[in-house]
Amino acid sequence: MQQLVFAIGTMIAGVLACAFYFFATNWLLDRVFPSKGLSGAKASRNLRTTNAIRPWLFMLPALVALAVYLVYPVFESVRLSLHDRTGQTFVGPGNFVWMLGDGEFRQSIFNNFLWLLVVPALSTFFGLVIAALTDRIWWGNIAKTLIFMPMAISFVGAAVIWKFVYDYRAEGSEQIGILNAIVTWFGGSPEAWITLPFWNNFFLMVILIWIQTGFAMVILSAALRGIPEETLEAAVIDGANGLQIFFKIMIPQIWGTIAVVWTTITILVLKVFDIVLAMTNGQWQTQVLANLMFDWMFRGGGDFGRGAAIAVVIMVLVIPIMIWNIRNATRETGGH
Amino acid sequence: MPGATRSPLTFVVHLSVLLLVALWTLPTAGLLISSLRDKDQLAVSGWWTALLTSTQNVVFRAPSPETQTERDGRFVLSGNLLEGQKGEVSAFGFNSRDPAAFQPGQTAELNDGEKLTVQADGSFEIVSDTRMEGSRGQRIFFTAAVPPRFTLDNYREVLSAEGIGQSFINSLTVAIPATIIPILVAAFCAYALAWMKFPGRAILIAVVVGLLVVPLQMSLIPLLKLYNGVGAFFGVPAKTYVGIWLAHMGFGLPLAIYLLRNYMAGLPKEIMESARVDGASDFDIFVKIILPLSFPALASFAIFQFLWTWNDLLVAIVFLGTGNDELVLTGRLVNLLGSRGGNWEILTASAFITIIVPLIVFFALQRYLVRGLLAGSVKGG
Repeated sequence: MQQLVFAIGTMIAGVLACAFYFFATNWLLDRVFPSKGLSGAKASRNLRTTNAIRPWLFMLPALVALAVYLVYPVFESVRLSLHDRTGQTFVGPGNFVWMLGDGEFRQSIFNNFLWLLVVPALSTFFGLVIAALTDRIWWGNIAKTLIFMPMAISFVGAAVIWKFVYDYRAEGSEQIGILNAIVTWFGGSPEAWITLPFWNNFFLMVILIWIQTGFAMVILSAALRGIPEETLEAAVIDGANGLQIFFKIMIPQIWGTIAVVWTTITILVLKVFDIVLAMTNGQWQTQVLANLMFDWMFRGGGDFGRGAAIAVVIMVLVIPIMIWNIRNATRETGGH
Repeated sequence: MPGATRSPLTFVVHLSVLLLVALWTLPTAGLLISSLRDKDQLAVSGWWTALLTSTQNVVFRAPSPETQTERDGRFVLSGNLLEGQKGEVSAFGFNSRDPAAFQPGQTAELNDGEKLTVQADGSFEIVSDTRMEGSRGQRIFFTAAVPPRFTLDNYREVLSAEGIGQSFINSLTVAIPATIIPILVAAFCAYALAWMKFPGRAILIAVVVGLLVVPLQMSLIPLLKLYNGVGAFFGVPAKTYVGIWLAHMGFGLPLAIYLLRNYMAGLPKEIMESARVDGASDFDIFVKIILPLSFPALASFAIFQFLWTWNDLLVAIVFLGTGNDELVLTGRLVNLLGSRGGNWEILTASAFITIIVPLIVFFALQRYLVRGLLAGSVKGG
């Protein structure tokens, strides 16, 4: 309790300090370069100066935070990836050479590609199907809320939920995990799903799909509603049936949004960490890059060189999407 | 399509949506129901049978012979197998090879001349002509039909004994300041990027968009080194709440700036122009006009940031200590998964406590969440 009071106290102090900074610097700027009550040339010169400085005063705290927490670390990580475990001795591409020969790393790359193939595709697919179906029924909004709900649940919480679904009891005793209960009900024998090499990856992916489908659904649903009524009416008049309208009219219209959803989930998949840590911690051949990186960060007192090298690999995989995003954003903001 | 209703297709649509909703909600429902069940029942039957009477096979150890009483020249040990709970014994035995050898009401001859009688209500008696020896009680196996039992015991236990209560406070301590502090910082920056003219603005916007997708993993090691360095230099601990608040602020800023800038850029230009004509400065325009108008976007971001900081595991285990007064809920849950892996009564109740706050936020403020998602992903916001 006491620490909560301390936290809220710090928070108020922090917000007040920010407010004070903005107010004080702004006041100071107007004092040093006054434009009111001055004549002609001097006033306009001061006005120009303040207009040039003020944006930077507004942006300074944010830019400092971004520089310290995101920009500097990118360069520092690249530097560390070329050094040994302590970050002191330069080893050139040594860490990357080690990676190529490391079985666990190759396993992680393979698994990450599996995740990249399956999760964005299925999340987007389910999201699109649910968005299209729920638009046609009266309780669609309730259904959407329920499917959207897992979005609020932490990856760790979701891992516990699904570990319970996959729970395994020896054959013959009563199954309390619903998946094995269904399997035995149909006459199969129970399996310890998350220890089945290769297939267990898919059981972990189900969790992320379960969480991300709601996200895809919300965005695609809005996009579907944005399709002009006239287009659809014209298609109906021309005699198109429901499926034709969906595949030939709706999908092409929202193609851009599908791409946005797909890439957003792709980025998330590259960083997937909590689910693997909580479910298997990389055992039974489920290792992924982010968990491997975390592992090396602390393994044997911490190998910063190898950890940073794995982080750089994740970054390199993200870069194409980053460039695509930047190009899209620049085109949209255009002259504004 | 409107007008295409009342066909057999409509029925299929209803059915498939129902199926999908069931798939998406049942796992969570199972967790909630299980967390409310008695732990003995939870361990032997699925949560979907929670409302049915369950049959349990239980081993009971009778009190040790030291507690025997003498009655009419004979020695008696008595008690109740169900320990005061409701239920009905359908069979019992004293040997693990044949745990259901006797019907309730029958008397079993134990190996050493003692006689065991168990009634259907669970009461039992061990009678012997001679004083019973030994210090360990007799094992009694029995099968009982137990009516469904719901309890808050699991919650009571995890909140106190497993430290979930303390972690709940720790999570709040992390999430509240980490949500509020970045808002003002981001809002000023977003205004500058949306409405002030200066060289390099387009590049800065592009940088923010780029930073949106920089993986957190890139930041971990350099910041850990930085924090250790700062801690050593000032002689303070490297892993503190202040450190994690600032880290969450840094990682949340790109999204905050992006969301707010998009929203502010969409506000009508005329408002600002007329205010400027009236002699208002940029500072006044921002504080008095833009900030109040941007409330929906601020709320969207606050919800995102709160969910993200509350649900985060990675930042917390790297930048915050693991002591009892620092371990957050997600971290505690991961530890429990390791140490109490089979105790589902502990895991389900703990998990539900960790997800209840985000769920409340989600259901109460879903509108803002959806709006924020749309602004963050779809062109035009």
